[in-house]
Amino acid sequence: MRPDELRTYLAKQHGKSLLRFLTCGSVDDGKSTLIGRLLHDTKVIFEDQLKTLEKDSRKHGTTGENIDFALLLDGLEAERQQGITIDVAYRFFATEKRKFIVADTPGHEQYTRNMATGASNSDLAIILLDARKGVLTQTRRHAYICALLGIRHVVLAVNKLDLGDAEAKDVFEAWDEQFRAFASKLGFASIVSIPMSALRGDNVIAQSQVFDWYRGPTLLAHLETVDIESDRRARSFRMPVQWVNRPNLDFRGFAGTIASGLVRAGDPVVVASSGRTSVVSRIVTMDGDLAEAGAGDAVTLTLKDEVDISRGDVLAPPNARPEVADQFAAHLLWMAEEELLPGRQYLIKIGTKTVPASVTELKHKVDVNSLEHLAAKTLQLNEVGFCNFSTTAPFAFDPYGESREGGGFIVIDRFTNGTVGAGMIEFGLRRATNVHLQAIDVNKSARASMKGQKPVILWFTGLSGSGKSTIANIVERKLHDLRHHTYILDGDNVRHGLNRDLGFTDANRVENIRRVAEAAKLFVDAGMIVLVSFISPFRSERRTARELVEAGEFLEVFIDTPIEVCMTRDPKGLYKRAKAGEIKNFTGIDSPYEVPEKPEIHVRTVDITPEDAADQIVARLRSAGVIP
Amino acid sequence: MAAPAQTRSRSPHLKRLEAESIFIMREVAAEFANPVMLYSIGKDSSVMLHLAMKAFYPAKPPFPLLHVDTTWKFREMITFREENVKRLGLKLIVHINEDGVRAGINPFDSGSSVHTQVMKTEGLKQALDKYGFDAAFGGARRDEEKSRAKERIFSFRTAAHGWDPKNQRPELWNLFNARIKKGESIRVFPLSNWTELDIWEYILAEGIPIVPLYFAAKRPVVERDGALIMRDDERMKLLPGEKVEERLVRFRTLGCYPLTGAIESPATTLEEIVAEMFTARTSERQGRVIDHDENASMEKKKREGYF
Ligand SMILES: Nc1nc2c(ncn2[C@@H]2O[C@H](COP(=O)(O)OP(=O)(O)OP(=O)(O)O)[C@@H](O)[C@H]2O)c(=O)[nH]1
Ligand SMILES: [Mg+2]
Repeated sequence: MRPDELRTYLAKQHGKSLLRFLTCGSVDDGKSTLIGRLLHDTKVIFEDQLKTLEKDSRKHGTTGENIDFALLLDGLEAERQQGITIDVAYRFFATEKRKFIVADTPGHEQYTRNMATGASNSDLAIILLDARKGVLTQTRRHAYICALLGIRHVVLAVNKLDLGDAEAKDVFEAWDEQFRAFASKLGFASIVSIPMSALRGDNVIAQSQVFDWYRGPTLLAHLETVDIESDRRARSFRMPVQWVNRPNLDFRGFAGTIASGLVRAGDPVVVASSGRTSVVSRIVTMDGDLAEAGAGDAVTLTLKDEVDISRGDVLAPPNARPEVADQFAAHLLWMAEEELLPGRQYLIKIGTKTVPASVTELKHKVDVNSLEHLAAKTLQLNEVGFCNFSTTAPFAFDPYGESREGGGFIVIDRFTNGTVGAGMIEFGLRRATNVHLQAIDVNKSARASMKGQKPVILWFTGLSGSGKSTIANIVERKLHDLRHHTYILDGDNVRHGLNRDLGFTDANRVENIRRVAEAAKLFVDAGMIVLVSFISPFRSERRTARELVEAGEFLEVFIDTPIEVCMTRDPKGLYKRAKAGEIKNFTGIDSPYEVPEKPEIHVRTVDITPEDAADQIVARLRSAGVIP
Repeated sequence: MAAPAQTRSRSPHLKRLEAESIFIMREVAAEFANPVMLYSIGKDSSVMLHLAMKAFYPAKPPFPLLHVDTTWKFREMITFREENVKRLGLKLIVHINEDGVRAGINPFDSGSSVHTQVMKTEGLKQALDKYGFDAAFGGARRDEEKSRAKERIFSFRTAAHGWDPKNQRPELWNLFNARIKKGESIRVFPLSNWTELDIWEYILAEGIPIVPLYFAAKRPVVERDGALIMRDDERMKLLPGEKVEERLVRFRTLGCYPLTGAIESPATTLEEIVAEMFTARTSERQGRVIDHDENASMEKKKREGYF
């Protein structure tokens, strides 16, 4: 290429638009093969990659002697071995007219979340069918998810028409009709059906010689020309603040990417959640200040006034504000093996804001085959439902139908940190009109979920002077710093009140522990983490306490300090007095201590500080899922 | 090295890519306690660094740079690294796996895969652990390799730095889940959606400084196993029958000099490099010796903690 040719080329790049699309449909319908074909035929595959492909095809191929184009996409070892796509692959290519980002997604139901990942940023979906199988449940599910995620344009690729005995034209028309009957309920702006053989390349780039009865565009011709610009309606200015830029005392900028609309220096803006207003003074970039900036631009705004703004706030025009609410209704696609639990507290991330939220009411789930609404108590993996949400604080949003950026959110599990759901806000709920604030029972799990923890009893046992109370106190302080709700029961606060009437006879000792255990159980029911710190030398009484609560709610913490060490520490001088015979029935001296057989947490205190011991316990609580 | 005026403007496509990368970097700065940017001195790193300067302007990027030095980089890369970091006024951490150095690991005797594993992957893990970084930016692009094409922009790593490609977090819209437990980390790839051509067009449009090795010059090269290896210092011993020749070559990617093949090319300007891209028949990875070692080698390395 000569320099003048390069200049012409670069100038041309300025005019090219971008189309993001995905392939989806049921497993083995030929999605990866189609994209492999498309990449190959648009010549983006280099020679060395082609050589590797030929080698791979011989080793892993499903197409006999021929090149298996799917192997261009199925890049993971597991995918090659199983011959299926597991996760979405992103590939890029360009033609004279457009640039393309394609997401090749898996058809297997188990990996629906990866299909949703690919669909979330796409403008168009190619839904494939195997001509021999037609419209399957998974075809419908993917079509529905595409619609839900706001994809407006669909290509129905009736693939593998090179196979089968029936007349290709009849098969094509039958599936086209069946699919349209279903998809008409989904409100797509355009559906174009194309008869295809991805394997041979019929109607992919080149018009098929075999299906000469088809007069429509080839796939590539359609992708190059489909109009997606008119979908982008002019919308009001929105900028979620990502990061506050404070390099020095004289500069305070709000960095973010403009989600929609246009902003100019001098425009009035409002912080949606607080209602505070100001005026844009500068639009700062490293390339110099801008007079105006629009959707998609990453900028830094400075304002005329000192307004309190932080990450997660949304800037908007005062006369066209987003909604602000702490309750809303949304569609929810559930993406985790562990089912959705209404009432449980999750985190949602919307724009740059992360806020604790729970489902207060699951209104229905959707049958992907019939699109019927079904009653449901929970959502399983890959199910879609319509729910009311409640958040711990009001936040700004726009309905998803108006703005993907303003109304799309992810749901994060507070314990596993996994991304477990994807939501699309339909509308906000005002408190006054929403009488069903608590559609769920207030029970143990509701109480615990509001506190973001699992209720448990931490039963500290060990010799006198072993460090139980010291360590329990530090653990409580650490949990408190992590904003958990805790309470300590020990001799001091129990013997002086609740158990004031009890002495130290054997019967009284048993009753003492029984009451402590019952009190601890009430705290567990209240959703708390209870730290109980008693010598509790006998296995049987510890077992009694354990059996009062549900499995997993009792964690025995053995503070293991050898008696010799306890005796040298002897903080209250008790060992000395016991040895002198002044105290009778002293544990370890003339009364036995029954060592725990299988404590959930075993802390050996010799050689470590109480602080270390407490850290060990907190770490165990984390790995046991008690706290996130 | 400034480009002529008529090519010096970003197309809407480059602007979009630029804005996306800036968004990603700001998310990381806002959500992580202790991020770091891996700086490998190559063209992608140069672009990534340039984008970071833009993302936080007028402030400096709120994280240090980290170079895991295998001690086998081209000398010109190290010179460039020092100059560039000084010019931008950034903090650079250089980490060398001293265990590997003591064990005498080198690309010639140990083989490329052991050398890469010890000096790069292990070195990287050591540095991440040493400084307790919870997020690390890398300049990898999805168009480089087929397992990269599968990777998320926020790529979760276990406390042992492992990648589990079969169990990646869904990543919808531009909502990145940055939540991790202690010890775990996220590798972040702000250039995921860039292609090699985009990188060069952007370098051209923005006039970003790059290591001179990318431009053609007469350099001393040895032909070995079908690759043109530049003899950058005396540590490279000649095998029987080999001879050093002065040839007009340049590099499409940069790494350890014994593992990086040069291409014969007369391209001495950015325009000529971009123009050459259109006639390229092979991928840039062709010149990297390490990728040919074994099948699916990139995925395997990544599962073990490689970038
Ligand atoms: N005869 C014929 N076979 C095809 C055609 N398209 C794909 N195939 C074959 O169908 C099989 C599955 O193809 P893939 O491309 O892997 O299917 P997929 O839809 O990507 O599968 P998943 O991603 O796992 O859901 C392979 O053996 C392909 O070679 C076609 O047009 N004609
Ligand atoms: Mg596939």
